[in-house]
Amino acid sequence: MDLVIPKIDALSLCPELVLSITAMLVLLVTVYLPKGRKDPAAYVGLLGIFIALMSLTLLWGKPRYAFNNMIMVDNFSIFFNMVILVTAALSILMSITYLKEEGMSHGEFYALILFSAVGMMFMTAGANLITIFLGLETMSISLYVLAGFLRDSNRSNESALKYLLLGAFSSAFLLYGIAFIYGATGTTDLKGISEFLSRATYMKDPMLLAGMGLLLVGFGFKIATVPFHMWTPDVYEGAPTSVTAFMSVGVKAAVFAAFVRVFSHALWDLQPDWNQLLWILAVLTMTLGNVIAIAQTNIKRMLAYSSIAHAGYIMMGMIASNELGTSSILFYMLAYAFTNLGAFGVVILFGRKGEGNLDIEDYSGMGFKYPVLGLLMAVFLFSLAGIPPTAGFVGKFYIFSAAVKAGYIWLAIIGVMNSLVSVYYYLRVTVMMYMKDPVKDLEGLHWSPSMIVALIIAVAGTLLIGIFPSPYLDLAKQSVLHLM
Amino acid sequence: MTLFFFLLIAIVTVISAILVIVLRNPIHSALSLVLTFFSIAGLYILLNAQFIAAIQVIVYAGAIMVLFLFVIMLLNLEKEKRVSEKHPLQKAFGVSIALFLLGGIGSIVATGVLYGNMGTETAAKVSAVGNTKAIAGLLFTDWVLPFEITSILLIAAIVGAIVLTKKEL
Repeated sequence: MDLVIPKIDALSLCPELVLSITAMLVLLVTVYLPKGRKDPAAYVGLLGIFIALMSLTLLWGKPRYAFNNMIMVDNFSIFFNMVILVTAALSILMSITYLKEEGMSHGEFYALILFSAVGMMFMTAGANLITIFLGLETMSISLYVLAGFLRDSNRSNESALKYLLLGAFSSAFLLYGIAFIYGATGTTDLKGISEFLSRATYMKDPMLLAGMGLLLVGFGFKIATVPFHMWTPDVYEGAPTSVTAFMSVGVKAAVFAAFVRVFSHALWDLQPDWNQLLWILAVLTMTLGNVIAIAQTNIKRMLAYSSIAHAGYIMMGMIASNELGTSSILFYMLAYAFTNLGAFGVVILFGRKGEGNLDIEDYSGMGFKYPVLGLLMAVFLFSLAGIPPTAGFVGKFYIFSAAVKAGYIWLAIIGVMNSLVSVYYYLRVTVMMYMKDPVKDLEGLHWSPSMIVALIIAVAGTLLIGIFPSPYLDLAKQSVLHLM
Repeated sequence: MTLFFFLLIAIVTVISAILVIVLRNPIHSALSLVLTFFSIAGLYILLNAQFIAAIQVIVYAGAIMVLFLFVIMLLNLEKEKRVSEKHPLQKAFGVSIALFLLGGIGSIVATGVLYGNMGTETAAKVSAVGNTKAIAGLLFTDWVLPFEITSILLIAAIVGAIVLTKKEL
């Protein structure tokens, strides 16, 4: 038996390799750092992310398979990897002071964020269901731990346990779906599946459809679509706020990338079947997320429901199933990354040790006490609500127009109506900030340089994409050009 | 004959798996889990995957479950207290959905025809080189990247376990 070892294409793996090595370096460095002063570990992590970002540019525009068709390095995965790396970098910047305040400044935190990002990057690049599954597990295992990182807090423990149990449950669904699809097509390779389906004439093979449904459940769990969203508010509320920020953007980006690749590419021949399902899921997700968000009094819970609603908007891009739809998903993800991370950044900065200052009522009068912070929060909330001239507006505009173009007029109308509902609860925070008197002492805000940098990047991204969207839209369009 | 053994092992697997979560004594749960792992190993043997079956017994049923039992006995866990049922309807709803899923998937599996391409590694081909060698060959050539991703997964899990449990970090 001859062993033919495949070409070790290190260049294609460059960003993932850099990030994995950095994560291990962070673990090494942290051993030699004095207790409670683990900041350098975070800077090592940031440097690694920066190098990985640079290495992405080396791969841009040269789509290729690597490692025996296990991963696909194309502009699509590079775009998502960029979003994921930016998310990881901003989350680390926001965590440095936050962790110190919580008394949990440990290098392992940054290493786990990096490991999780590596998993996400394998998901976006996965060209085989096995690679996608392993990426998803790497991402999730790190996140389970990160959600419970504040070991002394009951909330954090509850969050980690819930996420672990339900996450494992959803992974089982995903794996079961993969098994069914393997049984029906005889391969786990995405290209192989799509070739097999385009040749075959038995579209309604029940086993294939069951596999597709189970995959939908597995992915739906991770991006928190209704009815698989139950875990989201509790997990998002209990997890450390910087982890919530990382989860709400990073996981969505990675899972949507894999979702689009599997459904809009490998299972393209089943498009009429999954489109109807997604239509229902998207409408449910948007509506339930927005309506329940209105009733929330805790800002982290409100943002959790808002992130559920945003998953619904993004799904509209998939339902449109055209080039504009897919590129608008990418664009929306980029806009959502800056906006949501920014909003969580303000929540972290304004929050106090433990559960302090997390109620929406606590934001009363904040706009006058801290004009800059209030203004930033207002910008992020406007962007989440989709009000010009912010990134959120342009993102929603492209998603809705993709749906209209594909003939889903009702879907677009429901989307717009939902977006109107969402304005209520986003603006309520702004009203609290500027039109109410403070209910408690707002002293003692600790501006740290890393947080300032993170907020500047987030607000610059939100406004820049909102005012000059065309270069970013072009980037998104180029990214779906070679989607294989 | 194979079908008979399959059904036998499958029924044992499912019942012992249900017992893991239904039994209230942690040691009984762990022992049912051992039984589950053993019967899954039996299923692997029916699939001509002797190597995986052996690994399943050695690693899961042997090493991991023995550690599990040790920990449970050292911790001296008491019988789990019954949590009061707040939503009786919730349970009924969950069970009916599970049964619905079982019926749906069961009927698909029972009536489904496999149109898919058959694997290239036939039983005769595998036994010609040996099970272990065939797996090793594939693992280090075609599947080398997933294999390496698993190592990242494991290191993340190890770091996580230390972070969550070490007394003083």
